[in-house]
Amino acid sequence: MSNRTFVMACLAPLLIFSLAFLALPLVRLFLASGEGDAGWAIYLDILRKPRYLNTLVLTVLVSLATTFAALAVSTTAGMFLVRNRFRGRGTLLSVLTLPLAFPGVVIGFLIILLGGRQGLVNQLTPGHVVFAYSALGLFLGYLYFSIPRVLLTVMAAAEKLDPSLEEAARTMGASPYRVVIDVILPGLMPSLIASGAIAFATAMGAFGTAFTLATNIDVIPMVIYTEFTLSANIAMASALSIVLGIITWILLLIARSLSGSTVAAGG
Amino acid sequence: MFKSKTKILQLAVTLSACAFLLVPTILSVMAGLTANYFKGISSGLTLKWIYQVWELYADSIFLSLWLAFACLICTLIIGLPAAYGLARNPGWLSRLLEEFISLPLAVPGLALALALLQLYGSMKGFRASWTFILVGHVLYTLPFMVRSILAVLAAMDLKTLEEGAATLGASPWQRFRDIVVPNAMPGILAGSLTVVTLSIGEFNLTWMLHTPYLKTLPVGLADSYASMRLEIASAYTLVFFILIVPLLMAMQWASARAQRIAQ
Amino acid sequence: MTLRLTHTAKTYPDGTKALLPTDLSVERGEIVSLLGPSGCGKTTLLRIIAGLETPDAGSDIWFDDDNVTALPVERRQVGMVFQSYALFPNMSVRANIGYGLKMQKLSKPEIEARVTEVLEMCQLQPFAGRAITALSGGQRQRVALARAIAPRPRLLLLDEPLSALDASLREALRDELAVLLREFDITAIFVTHDQDEAMAIADRVAVMSQGRVVQSGTPEDLYRNPNSAFVAGFVGNAMALRGRADGTALHLDGGVLSLPSDGGGQTVFVRAEDVRINDDGPLHGKVETVTFLGTHYRINLSGVTSNLLASIHAGQEAPEVGETVKLSIKPEALMLLPNETGGA
Repeated sequence: MSNRTFVMACLAPLLIFSLAFLALPLVRLFLASGEGDAGWAIYLDILRKPRYLNTLVLTVLVSLATTFAALAVSTTAGMFLVRNRFRGRGTLLSVLTLPLAFPGVVIGFLIILLGGRQGLVNQLTPGHVVFAYSALGLFLGYLYFSIPRVLLTVMAAAEKLDPSLEEAARTMGASPYRVVIDVILPGLMPSLIASGAIAFATAMGAFGTAFTLATNIDVIPMVIYTEFTLSANIAMASALSIVLGIITWILLLIARSLSGSTVAAGG
Repeated sequence: MFKSKTKILQLAVTLSACAFLLVPTILSVMAGLTANYFKGISSGLTLKWIYQVWELYADSIFLSLWLAFACLICTLIIGLPAAYGLARNPGWLSRLLEEFISLPLAVPGLALALALLQLYGSMKGFRASWTFILVGHVLYTLPFMVRSILAVLAAMDLKTLEEGAATLGASPWQRFRDIVVPNAMPGILAGSLTVVTLSIGEFNLTWMLHTPYLKTLPVGLADSYASMRLEIASAYTLVFFILIVPLLMAMQWASARAQRIAQ
Repeated sequence: MTLRLTHTAKTYPDGTKALLPTDLSVERGEIVSLLGPSGCGKTTLLRIIAGLETPDAGSDIWFDDDNVTALPVERRQVGMVFQSYALFPNMSVRANIGYGLKMQKLSKPEIEARVTEVLEMCQLQPFAGRAITALSGGQRQRVALARAIAPRPRLLLLDEPLSALDASLREALRDELAVLLREFDITAIFVTHDQDEAMAIADRVAVMSQGRVVQSGTPEDLYRNPNSAFVAGFVGNAMALRGRADGTALHLDGGVLSLPSDGGGQTVFVRAEDVRINDDGPLHGKVETVTFLGTHYRINLSGVTSNLLASIHAGQEAPEVGETVKLSIKPEALMLLPNETGGA
């Protein structure tokens, strides 16, 4: 067998697998979205029917809030951990990256332990404070999920920042505050955009967390799930999946072209 | 003065973030070990709930471990040669293929599960067997395996090493076995640990693909959150932590090592 | 083994002609160097011989009486030393050297014996168990040579074997390599862009330019009787004396020089060591730079011809910068070569 044939044969299992279980199913999904009563106009229905449009707006709002909160928290903590060496730093870093392996369902449960009926906050405060099943609970769950991922990206970028740039700015009389605005943030910007895009895409598509928390509110993944399982509205479930998939895929494509890294989006 | 103030603020944010992540985890661990969560820790510590979890959900734990193992084997069989093939054929076609198989990283698992269900849902034997869930897991973890190995292979002068082996009389297969695989080891290790960790924790696809008789650990977790008392749900979560945290740490260590080599 | 190439050429898919149809033979035990600037096709030629590149249709490669043109690299039984050495990082020194023997399916004790023998020849015994990463550049170079030679190949090919080393080490290893290759008593071809290296190691040098072998001969032959301006320039850095030839007189900016024969249609070349500072010389030039090089001075002169002319001056003291000096060149040191048409 010639070298070329051998190398090509190495790609064969991948090609067969991804054709059978990725390409064809996605084609089927796309076709299914047009097989409903509305035909291909179903994609217009998403924007026309208040039920879907409101859900879409709410999902985007919660995801945006998650993105900015995660960026603020993780950039602050990440810069602090990169610039300071102290005892316990390793422990803090471990705590902050621990949730990387937690699936969305588990995070949902952890939020229930914080803000559910039997949750910590409800026990500690007088009166009835339950927020786990509201948009706030969902936001906290997504934030929990995103903090470690954004943190790792920001820290990797912060470690590559050239400290002499900051020193140069300081010698020219810039205040620490100006240094952050003029040197540090521009240096981190590509990775901030990248990790922000990842956080946003993940929140948009998060199913596990929504599955445990979103009993009262609707977000896109839950609507897809209920359309498919309860209403048997397969066309709408497929159409929403396609729209959601395209949004998250484009966002992650942007993220990857900016940071060149791959962070698991699932959960 | 300003500097130390900013530092204190930064430290406060860092510690709050840690507390936010850690407190519920500790609550969950505590709840899983306390006799009665309402009464608090004064009701005494117990392993009763863990034992009950074992009785109720041992099957789900074994199924998850088995799926993770099977998934690892599949991703190795598909991913290792594929990474080599991609490394040896750099070009737009390879980039496109890599981008395509990475779709499951970007597209929500729910959408992929719907796609699989609609194409294969009517094949009853396949739909009802554990291999259907396996397909989902392989689909989701394969890009991690391929990229992890590819990163290591791309960092070395694979072509020249292989030419060296070829002039010494090694056939394509011998070159793959003696040169490619041993030198890709750090990437294979990092990829394998990632695949196992992700497979054990996978919920989005699995929830859609599973059947009532085939529950994985995360599916069982979701089940217990919805229908069991808090202590059992917590104890079950604790079992999951015990399984996943060492894997996560091993994965991070192996990935950092592979990344050092790839640079 | 004797090697014979007939009509061997290589055209890349994008149409680049890396190697024009070339004929080349190498006798048994001969050490031949392919010398030329980068991009001249020398590495392509070597890789075609190894079997790492497929030559164009019509090419023929013979190892003794076997036509190996279609034989894949792993069955050609050639040993190759790569520019980057291509040592396997996952194997020890011993395992690297034994790999080719393992591929020949030799028995364990046989492999052991042969590896030990080669280790000794290359003075690598102390490093046998080491990892490749724990070796210095010079040691790696020797392991690469030992690995190539261990399976007793029919032909040894070396691709710029010394270029990855730093300058001081390169010179020492150059002489060592010349001795080792003769000890191995093997037919060898090595590629280099460094004329000193080619001269020091090879029995015969084939000078290549723009995809073809332009001259082939012993180092002395090439140095003394270059057949083209390119060879004169590349081997021994000859300088062109540009002026107007009138019969046997060459009119330069710095005077008139008499030629050994008619200079019509020819370019005249001279080497720096033949340009003498001599108060009775017929030429004059202005000293631009003086570089002291220990055993001699290297002096650059302007005003003799259109370009700077260098002179190797062996005296105890050198003229000052800016001074005008008289120069002489012996007629027999002048090389008259046909005018170049086109590049190079």
